[in-house]
Amino acid sequence: MKDHRFITVERILKTGVVNFLRNIWISIAAIAMITITLTILLFAIVANATFANSITDLTSRIDVSVYLKDSVTEQQSNQLIADLKKVENVKSIEYVSKEQALKDFREDHANDPETLSAVSETDNTLPASLKVKPNDPNRLQTIKDFLDKKEIQALQSEPTSYSGERKEAIDSIAKATDFFRKAGIVGIIVFIIISMLIIFNTIRMAIFNRRDELIIMRLLGASPWYIKGPFVVETMMYGIMAAIVSIVIVWGLFAIASTLEVSSLLDIDFSRNYFSRHLWLIVIAQIGAGIIIGAASSAVATRRYLKLK
Amino acid sequence: MILLDRVTKVYDRREAALERVSLHVESKEFVVIVGASGAGKSTLFKLLTREEKPTSGKIIVGAIDYEDLKDKDIPKLRRKIGVVFQDFKLLSNKTVTENVAFALEIAGATNAEIKHTVPKVLDVVGLKDKARSYPRQLSGGEKQRVAIARAIVRQPKILIADEPTGNLDPKHAWDVIKVLEKINRFGTTVLLTTHNQEIVNYLKRRVVTIRDGKVVSDRAVGSYKTV
Repeated sequence: MKDHRFITVERILKTGVVNFLRNIWISIAAIAMITITLTILLFAIVANATFANSITDLTSRIDVSVYLKDSVTEQQSNQLIADLKKVENVKSIEYVSKEQALKDFREDHANDPETLSAVSETDNTLPASLKVKPNDPNRLQTIKDFLDKKEIQALQSEPTSYSGERKEAIDSIAKATDFFRKAGIVGIIVFIIISMLIIFNTIRMAIFNRRDELIIMRLLGASPWYIKGPFVVETMMYGIMAAIVSIVIVWGLFAIASTLEVSSLLDIDFSRNYFSRHLWLIVIAQIGAGIIIGAASSAVATRRYLKLK
Repeated sequence: MILLDRVTKVYDRREAALERVSLHVESKEFVVIVGASGAGKSTLFKLLTREEKPTSGKIIVGAIDYEDLKDKDIPKLRRKIGVVFQDFKLLSNKTVTENVAFALEIAGATNAEIKHTVPKVLDVVGLKDKARSYPRQLSGGEKQRVAIARAIVRQPKILIADEPTGNLDPKHAWDVIKVLEKINRFGTTVLLTTHNQEIVNYLKRRVVTIRDGKVVSDRAVGSYKTV
């Protein structure tokens, strides 16, 4: 009995491969359709990750700068740091001394001698500052409230800067963050559903073309699985090949895009890195999805032709 | 071997395609079923292959009572009966050899058995030299002989052929009939449906005539009377 089963499985596999090759044009057409769908899906996933990363990157740059008067002593500034650390939503505090501020300023304006001449070591008008990074840039109120206290304001040389004039812009971006993250996930799910429908339909069409074959086999007394098996094998091969082709396409496009000028603008490097970092996961997921969707679609699509009256 | 007892088949609310048909076919018999198109021959055929269920009546083939047949046992039943169709029903993606081998594969024969049996059967139907051709490269008569080879390769006790000569020119039709006679001589019960008068008269076998879904005559050595 075991022997018999082995023969059956072997025949199903062999027939699947032979059918794949003999119907090579239908196979290629089906693979092309599935490849396009999987490629779009893969792009959507990488784009979503890149976008999420850009948002994270942007929000991490938001900080609150507290400019200290020159008269503030080291002890006072240390006390202020210690107090700030206790405030809710404070992630980290970086102390920037007057000297450091000057150094940074010079680096920032290295190509601008006129501005550079306005400051010098002997006449350093730049204040020391604390750069306060929040955990959640949407909730700066607690930090603001603390800094607005009279005794704290007394230590500050100028009003607190919430990353300068860009505050409002950054505020709205930060608020949009959450929305876009959720929208990205919903988008991916919609894409997955559409992909599955397209792949299912492609396979259904391929099987519809060969329904006579199924009906004949049924009339000759082949068991449902003996008929279905080769189709399942065949469609699994579509899935595997389409997955590989789509990965090669996406990888190739990123490789080309990263050499183009726009690459820094669109953060192609991140996308490419993300892709390489998750390559194995992507390969496994794509092939796995290809196999599962392929097998399930053909199993469902053949069913109507295999009804035994 | 084949027993039909007052079998009636009515397709959805239409007139009965078969009405109280009773028929008893002995082992190794060669029975010709004649009748005009629409008389009910094909329905009878579909009942025997269990493509259709009778509305009422009893069908027993071999030792199998169709009433007790479960869906999952239908493939097994079909493997026991050799079937030849008017439109050949060959698998277009498979070669002649593969088409014939398919019947053995689904029955679970070993590769060695298949290798041994298939060429022999192709020899019987005179298609040894077409073994590697695809159906589209064959003439109608050749296709029908492939179908017969496929039907007999499992050495079934019963062979039913539904208008196997219907789509063939006279020369090829005779080839097919001769093959069927040969198979019958080897001991297979043959049930042949046709409306070809010449064939019926030539065969000189039992002839069952069906008209409007009813058996109107059953003669031991029959001839065909146009109705």
